[in-house]
Amino acid sequence: MNQLHILGRRLWIFSVWSLVTFFIVNLLAMIATVITSSTATRWLRSWLPDAYTFKWYLSAWSEFQLDDVLVTTFQVVFAVVALSGLFGVPAAYAMARRDFPGKNIAMLLFLLPMLVPPVTFGIPLATVLYQTGLGGTMAGVILANLVPTVPFVILVMIPFIEQIDPKIESAARVFGASTFQLFWRILLPLLLPGMLAALLLVLVRTIAMFELTFLTSGPTSQTLVVALYYAVFAAGVRAVQSIDAMAVIYMAITVIWLIIALRFVNPAQIVTRAKQQPSAH
Amino acid sequence: MGHKHQTGLKVRLAARGLDGVTLLIIPSLLLMIGLFIYPFLYGLWLSFHPKDGSFLGNYARFFADPFLYETINKTLWIAMPATLINILFAVPVAFRVRLMQNQRWLTTLLVLPITLGTVLVAEGMLNYLGPQGWFNRTIMLLGLTAGPVKLVHNYWGVMLSLIITGFPFTFLLILSYVTGIDPALENAGKTLGARATSRFRHIFLPLLIPGLAITFCLSFVQAFSVFPSAVLLGAPAGPTRVISIAAYQAAFEEYDYSMASSIAMIMGFVQLGIVVAVLAVRGLFYRGPAVGGKG
Repeated sequence: MNQLHILGRRLWIFSVWSLVTFFIVNLLAMIATVITSSTATRWLRSWLPDAYTFKWYLSAWSEFQLDDVLVTTFQVVFAVVALSGLFGVPAAYAMARRDFPGKNIAMLLFLLPMLVPPVTFGIPLATVLYQTGLGGTMAGVILANLVPTVPFVILVMIPFIEQIDPKIESAARVFGASTFQLFWRILLPLLLPGMLAALLLVLVRTIAMFELTFLTSGPTSQTLVVALYYAVFAAGVRAVQSIDAMAVIYMAITVIWLIIALRFVNPAQIVTRAKQQPSAH
Repeated sequence: MGHKHQTGLKVRLAARGLDGVTLLIIPSLLLMIGLFIYPFLYGLWLSFHPKDGSFLGNYARFFADPFLYETINKTLWIAMPATLINILFAVPVAFRVRLMQNQRWLTTLLVLPITLGTVLVAEGMLNYLGPQGWFNRTIMLLGLTAGPVKLVHNYWGVMLSLIITGFPFTFLLILSYVTGIDPALENAGKTLGARATSRFRHIFLPLLIPGLAITFCLSFVQAFSVFPSAVLLGAPAGPTRVISIAAYQAAFEEYDYSMASSIAMIMGFVQLGIVVAVLAVRGLFYRGPAVGGKG
């Protein structure tokens, strides 16, 4: 009987790990397919392409005007990162250091945009942006992307600021530091690791943010992921390899920033740090 | 006198937590009100002002036209199973992974599909799961099927994409809840002779229910708003015409922002309804600390 239990347990553990392995093998094979296809001269009815070439990267670059798209992408992403920091960090500081009437309502206001999916609030938001003339412009895309990123920065930074001892700030005051000195010489160096982590996560998320950018961008304000969507959507117009070359460029940019981000944060934080908050009550 | 009164007010405000530091929150609050609350309220107002001038015209049209109202069922029919599958698979995996010393390589791999996003996953799946892709070649080589299995441009394509991006998300959330449960509680059960299955049933599951409810809500809401993969991997005119496609088409193909807002509001209310229902059910279960006390 006990033997049977041990056997059943081993079988269970084996099947759980088989499942994980199956998932990861398929995931990696899927990514490998895209990379292989992007370097294939011809790939039909065979396990591997007939021959390999890099010409699709050149053709993708000119067909999809990737230089324009990449410039737009980085302008949008860096503007979103900078503005999220400027808006989010001071607000997180106020939330972490003060108890004021209506704090719970403010917290709810910052939680909601993270819980409501982008498509749901993106359509009314796009309507408002189009009516104010910001729809289709880069400013509109940046504003729309701030809706989930500012709350994200606030929610990541609040626990980080809470663990900085307020006595350090009081000590600086006692020694006669002005508000500017206090900020520049005491707070900023202490906040920097948390800000770096939060803003790198914002960066990775904004590169991949499809829905909001798609709903608010026009022909001149498309980011890479939106351009990739249109390319896949119109598949058949261009060669598959060309679309895959663009997908590889997108993947490379995302993964490079992900690797940089992972030097400073735990991978699980990309999902959980901000999403865990609602359970805290 | 006036000066004294002023300082008095300032001190009293500061005592309630209102001073210069508190004001730092104002820019973010205004931004959220302007870009989140106002558009939502405006959308709600707009949804009651349709082109034909009647009050409920859009909602009446939505629930009279099967092409529109069936999107709710179609979306639920994709989002519900996808969410349940993700949770059912994520719980046992999280229970194994919690025992691992070094989880980092695994979490890194799983974070990959989330960061790459649904559009890239869609392009990868079109290649990989297509009739000439490696997946179909492998299962034909193994003799599992005679011909290629159709896995894209139908219901299953959308379902699989929701699993590929949704499973890691669900898993990482559940892992954070599972690792938050004090191992001393399990050890106590072990010492008293409880087997793994009954330890799970009687110790972990009750403690995990609140976390599972939250995870279900977050995963479901994400799945219910599925958009790019329903277009790229599904049959967007047929079985995978989800509600976000209907809203998008109303806004950007018919330029009827009033109708689009109505559909977005309906989408929001269905999501809210499910979330409220799940949280109400959760309220029936144990609510308390997931760590051992000394009492």
